[in-house]
Amino acid sequence: MIPRSFEYVAPRTLQEAVRILKKYKGEAKVLAGGHSLVPLMKLRLSNPQVVVDLKHLRSKLAYIKVAGKTVRIGALTRHAEIEHSDVLKKVVPIMPAAAEWIGDMQVRNMGTIGGSLAHADPAADWPVVTLALNATFIANGGAQRKIPATKFFLGPFTTALKPHEILTEIQIPVPPANHGWSWKKFERKAGDYATVNTAVIVVPGKKGEIADVSIAVGAVHVRPFRATDAEKVLKGKVPNMDLIREAAEKAAAMSEPSADLRGSVEYKREVTKVFVRRALVEACERAKLLKAEEAVVR
Amino acid sequence: MARRAAVRAVQRRARGPLPQSRVPIRVKINGVEYSHEVEPRLLLVHYIRDVVGLTGTHIGCDTSNCGACTVLMKGPWGDDWRAVKSCTLYAVQADGAEIVTIEGLARDGELHPLQKAFWEHHALQCGYCTPGMILAALGFLKLNPNPTRDEIRKGISGNLCRCTGYVNIVKAIEAAAKEIREKGSWI
Repeated sequence: MIPRSFEYVAPRTLQEAVRILKKYKGEAKVLAGGHSLVPLMKLRLSNPQVVVDLKHLRSKLAYIKVAGKTVRIGALTRHAEIEHSDVLKKVVPIMPAAAEWIGDMQVRNMGTIGGSLAHADPAADWPVVTLALNATFIANGGAQRKIPATKFFLGPFTTALKPHEILTEIQIPVPPANHGWSWKKFERKAGDYATVNTAVIVVPGKKGEIADVSIAVGAVHVRPFRATDAEKVLKGKVPNMDLIREAAEKAAAMSEPSADLRGSVEYKREVTKVFVRRALVEACERAKLLKAEEAVVR
Repeated sequence: MARRAAVRAVQRRARGPLPQSRVPIRVKINGVEYSHEVEPRLLLVHYIRDVVGLTGTHIGCDTSNCGACTVLMKGPWGDDWRAVKSCTLYAVQADGAEIVTIEGLARDGELHPLQKAFWEHHALQCGYCTPGMILAALGFLKLNPNPTRDEIRKGISGNLCRCTGYVNIVKAIEAAAKEIREKGSWI
C-alpha cells in the first residue's frame, strides 16, 4: 500500500515546526513515531499535503523526569521507554504496566506517547491512563498552553489541540505512595486495539475507606471518559464487593459503545462492567482496602 | 504537464516555495553506506528491497501486523538498536540511521546464533516469516538477554507464523539466547 504523495519537512526546532504548521494550516500533519499516521496514510484515510517529522526534536522532547510532585514526560518519549522506565515503575507503576499492552514490541519501539494522545483514537490506551491520572498536557503553538486531560479528548480522533499546536509534554501528579492501581485491557488478539480498556487509581484513607478514586474507560464511547457516576459510589466508602459491583454497573451504564467487529453494543457493555469490576478489585487489593478472600467472586 | 506547472505556480504564490519533492537520505545497511534521493512516501521496506536490492526483508501484511518486514535500526535520534517494522516507516525517517537486515547477520560464512538455532530446532517451515522473526528475536534479546519462555512468546507477539511453528521458534530463541549470553556478543 502506497500513500498519496506529500511534501516532507523535518524541522530542527519546535518554533520552526509551529511556523510550518501555521503556514500550511490544516493541510500539514505532525509525524512523531508515525505508528498511527503512517498506517492511516497507507490506507489513504489520511492524505496530508505536508508531513512535519519531529525526529530532530527527540533530543529536546523525549524524557521522563520526576520534579517534586509531578512527573514530566516529553511527548516524543517512545512507548518502550515508558515500559522500561525504572523511575515510572516506582512512582506511577500503571504507566509501564499499560505501555506493555500497546501494540507489539516493534510498535512500542517507534510509537510515542504524545503521538498516541494527539491522534486520540477512542480505543487507544494512553488517553485512558492519562485521564485516570489527572494528567495535564502542554501544547505549544507559539505560546505555551496547559490543557487538562479531562478537556483534551473531544471525539474520535479529535482533541482540543489547534491545527498549529504541538503537544510537547505530559504532566502527571505523582499519586500517593500507598495508592492502588489497575490497568485492564480486553483485546481480541495480541497487540490489538482494546475492545474495552480501563484504568483505576484508588487512594486509601486512614479508616480503610477510599479517600479518592478515579476510573477511566476507553473504547466504548466516542471518546475515553471518566466514569464519574461510578466514582461517586465509592468515594469516602469502605469498599466491599457489593459496592464494587454497583460502581461497575454505573460505569457500564455511562458507556455508549457502537457495534463493530469487536462485538455488539450489549456485549461491549457487559465486558465494560466486568473489566471495571476486575480493575476496581485489583486496585483496592493493591491499596490494601480489600483482602483477597473478600474478592473471591470477581 | 503545463497544467500541473500552472497549479504548482499558484501553490507557490499561495504559500511560498514548496520544499523539495525528493529528499536525500543516507543510511548504513549491514555496514554499507547508501545514499539516495527518495520520494518522501517511499516506505523503508520498499527502499531496502527495491532501491538497495536486499530482498531478504519480506512484506507480509503491509499493515503493521505480521512483522515479516522487521529490521533492526539504531539511532539516529538517541535510540539504541531496536526492532522496527519497516513497512510502517518512511525511508526518510531512517535518514542517518544504521540498519541490520537478515543479510547482515552471518559473519565470514558462519551463521548467526539465531540463524543456527532456527535451523537446528526446525523453527521454520515455509520460511516467509523467518527473517522478520529472527530480527524481532534479536531486538527482543537486546532488551532481555535471559528471557523465560513466556517472555519470549510475548516478545515475538508482533510476528506471525502461519505454519504454526511457534513452539520450535520459541525453543530456537531460547537456545540462541544461551549461546549469545555465553559468547558475549549479540550482533
